[in-house]
Formats: sequence, structure tokens, C-alpha cells
Amino acid sequence: MSDPILSLQGVHTDIAQYHILQGVDLDVPRGQVTMLLGRNGVGKTTTLRTIIGHWQAKSGAITFDGAEITGIPTPARARAGIGFVPEDMGIFTDLTVEENMVLAAASGPLDKARLDWIFAAFPPLKTFWRSEAGNLSGGQKQMLSIARAMAEERKLYLIDEPTKGLAPAIVSTMAGALRDLKKQGASVLLVEQNFSVAKALGDTAAVMDDGRIVWTGEMAELSASAELQERLMGLSMEAH
Amino acid sequence: MTAAPDHKPTFADLSLSDRIGKAAPYLLIPVLVVLGFLAIGSTSSWLTLTVSGLAMGMMIFIMASGLTLVFGLMDVINFGHGAFISVGAFVGITVLIWLGSWTGAPSLMLNVAAVLLAVIAAMCVTGALGWGFERVIVRPVYGAHLKQILVTVGGLIVIEQLIHVVWGPEEIFLNRPETLKGAFTFAGAAIERYRVLAVVVGLVLFVAMRLVLRRTKIGLIVRAGVQNGEMVEALGYRLRLVFIGVFVAGSALAGLGGVMWGLYQEVITAGMGEEMMILVFIVVIIGGLGSVEGAFIGALLVGLLQNYIAFLEPKLALISNIGLMTAVLMWRPQGMMPVVKAK
Repeated sequence: MSDPILSLQGVHTDIAQYHILQGVDLDVPRGQVTMLLGRNGVGKTTTLRTIIGHWQAKSGAITFDGAEITGIPTPARARAGIGFVPEDMGIFTDLTVEENMVLAAASGPLDKARLDWIFAAFPPLKTFWRSEAGNLSGGQKQMLSIARAMAEERKLYLIDEPTKGLAPAIVSTMAGALRDLKKQGASVLLVEQNFSVAKALGDTAAVMDDGRIVWTGEMAELSASAELQERLMGLSMEAH
Repeated sequence: MTAAPDHKPTFADLSLSDRIGKAAPYLLIPVLVVLGFLAIGSTSSWLTLTVSGLAMGMMIFIMASGLTLVFGLMDVINFGHGAFISVGAFVGITVLIWLGSWTGAPSLMLNVAAVLLAVIAAMCVTGALGWGFERVIVRPVYGAHLKQILVTVGGLIVIEQLIHVVWGPEEIFLNRPETLKGAFTFAGAAIERYRVLAVVVGLVLFVAMRLVLRRTKIGLIVRAGVQNGEMVEALGYRLRLVFIGVFVAGSALAGLGGVMWGLYQEVITAGMGEEMMILVFIVVIIGGLGSVEGAFIGALLVGLLQNYIAFLEPKLALISNIGLMTAVLMWRPQGMMPVVKAK
């Protein structure tokens, strides 16, 4: 793979006394959607949180866009061009939708054209612009969470389970927005439990088990092989 | 901010009980004032006590407003906050003593200028002290509540002893500036001039804090940081700098509160801040951690209730605020308007 946007080499992360990441090696190609897959509790969320800096890697190296970011604090990683959508969405519920978005534009005022693009992807955000984010439905909060990451141009988006618990119509909206991001040339590292969504969106995939990457390859290859899915993720055909 | 889109929100209206629940903390103040009037009976006494209670409440709010943000934003239990109140009072009163010719002159302009200089000096010193306190004492114990209590109480004791070293162990009595002495009569009630000033300063501060928190980006960062600091950092903001700024501002406000309280009591001691911390903590807890609005309402309730009860049943005055805190926490265990949930 030539010049990945993000590269993890031998990354170990501990949370309290637990050794969660046990030598993660992962390359995320530029301009592609990389699915990070695996059973529950194998370290997918920890990997994203280690990349953004919420948890510090105990050892190993993280390189982003050609520069090592292993030791630098979270705000510097974000300003370098990494957008993060956490599993719990991280919405500021006491702030309005507008305030959430204004805050997301860390380097200056919100860009009007970008805002129009976001409104086109997520129309409810326009409707509820002046409303407290805490009053939004679960799906609308997820839209806001992704919209916030999209408020400024980012080189890489780390997105953790954006479709969890959402109705099919909203899942489809999310998938559309992520396709838009990809069209704009952004790279995405996406944790997703919904294999149908993963199949539809992913260009490449990495599968984790026990705190390590145990398989990497084309998403199409993984989608096509029931044996691989069964072996790597415990997925049976009924799950599709 | 960007222009709002022309769409109208279409949320279902809140139910009546939800609306009352949201407004309830704000309604407590007028309810208490009316109950006070009914219990006291005499309009002039009630008016005097109400102004006194509001003045006391505003001064407690000034001292508590910074602490509640420090609690909410930094998850720091700072028992050392009382030291900033004491230091602020001593610095401010020292400046007023130096400017004795200004405070003794029957000129409103000279008196106000003297108080203003005293306040600025007190806020600068306590702000700088807060910066050092955060760096040396608080920073090593972020995330460890028990250690925070131990080291901040230790810091409080050290600073109180340093006050003894610099200003001596005796309490210092002082006179208010000439034009702030005495009272005027309104509707048959004697209203102390200084209490009116305290109410005005408290109100201006409250409005200013609300404006900063609601209309500026730094205010947005603080409000968001109180809720979810990790996410604010993931958006690219260096929350550590905001932490320090809030700590320094909170310390400076404690200094302002110390000057105001010293002039109110007309005597200052090294332990005055420590004594005030009981009321300040009650206000922060019943207001809800991290809530400036909650602290404002809580402070006014504390001030009014203490004055009314002291008049009606003096023996109960000592426990009135504990009773208020118990009642509020039974009603809303997280405080009236919590921004962060108690851990």
C-alpha cells in the first residue's frame, strides 16, 4: 500500500490494569473507507480512542499524514485533521444544534457552503437548528455527531458504530453521508457491527481479535467469503 | 454565529408538568419572598430583610460562581477556594487603608475609585495566586478526589498562615468609604447603601457571566467542557488552557467576593474564607454542579432564608441552610439545575 494516511505499528494500550490493545498494526489507505470489524470487546473502540489520543498508547507508533502523533495531545491530533465520532456520540445536550456545530468549527466561523452540504445530508439538523440537542431523537443525535465531524474539512474520520440502534431509514441516511465524505476524498476508519452496512461502504477491511489485527484485505474479499466471516467474526449466513 | 435557517423547529410542546419542573428553581425565589412577607407581617421589616438577604446572597454568589465552574469543568473539589476569599479581603482592605484620604472624603467619585482599585488589586493577586495554586497543588491530583480534598485543605491552611505572617494574627476592623456608610429610607424601611451596591455588583456579574457563557465561543467551550471535556478536546480545543483560565477567573472572583464581604462585615480575619466555604459549598451543591444559574438561585435562597429565619426564630438561623440543602436534595438529588451529574 502506498503512503497510508494513518499507520499504527505495534500499538499497545492499557486501560487501568487491563491490557486491551496488544500490538495493533494497521494501515488506513488515503481516500478510502476502511472498516474495522470484529466481535464485541476485541478492542475496536480502544483503537479509535488511542488514535485520537483519549487513551495514550503504552508503546508502538501512530503516524498520521507522514508525521508521528503518538505522544501529542488530542487537540493537536484533531487540528492535524482527524475528526472523531465516538460510540456514545458525544453530543453536548445542553447546547443547541447550532452551538454544537459552531463549536465543531474550531478554526473559524462555519463555512456556509459546507453547512448547506451538511443540511442536504441531514435535513433534520436544519429543522431543529435552534433547539437543544438533548431534545433530538437518537438518530438525529447521531446525525449531529457526524455533522459535527464534517463541520470542517478533515483528512481522516474516525467513526465508531454510527448505525447502532438506528431505524433502517436513518441507517440509509448515514450511509449516504459517509459515501459523500468518501466522494470528497476523505479517508474514513469506520467501526461497524452491521455487516450489510460494512459491505456497502467499505473499500478495505481490518478484522480485530484479542487486541490485535488478525486479517486485512479488500472488503469485497471478506464479503464474498462466508468461511472468512465465520472464522474471523463468528458471523453465520443468517446474520446477513 | 451563522444565520439561522428559516425552518421552524417542530418539537412537540413540553407538558405543563415539564414546564413547571424547568421553571421551578426560578419560582422558588418569589415564593420564598412572598412566604417571608406573610410570616414577617411588617412591610418595612420585610423589605429591610429582603434587601439584606439579596445582598448577602449576591456576595455568596460572587464567591461561589467560580467554584461551581471549577467543579463542573475540572471535576476538582477545591477546599482551598476559601483562601482566595481571605487573601482578596486582606489585599483589598490594605489598598483601601492606603487610600484612606479617598475613602474618608465625602465624594462618591473618590470612594468608588478607591473601592474599584481595591477590587482590581484583590482580583489580580487572587487570580495570580489561583494560577500558582492550580499549577503546584491541584494539577498533580486531577482525577483523585480524596487527594484533592487533602491537598487543597493543606493549601488553605498554608495560605491562612501566610496571611498571619504578612498581616499579623489579629482581625482587622475597617470603615466603609464615607458615601457607602449609612442607610436611606424607602417605603418606611431602612435600606443600607452598601447592600444596594452589593446587589448591583452581584447582578452585573451574573448578567456578564451569562453573556460570556452564552454569547461567546469561549463560553461555548466552557459549557461544552463541563458536559464532556473529552469531546471538546477531540474537536481541537486545548481544554487545559480553558481549565487554567476558569480556575484563575474563579479565584479572582473569590477575591472580589472577599473584598465585598469584608466591607459588608467591616472586619476581616484570615479564617473568614474558610468560614464562608460552608455557605459556598451549600450553594454549589443545591444549585447543581457546574451551573452558574443554579449557584445564583441557590445563593439568593440561602441569603434570603438566613435573614428571614434569623428575624423570625434566631435559634433556627444556624441550621436553616442545612435544612434548605436537605430539602433541595430530597427534591432534586443532583441539585436544582445540574450541568454535570454527581459522581
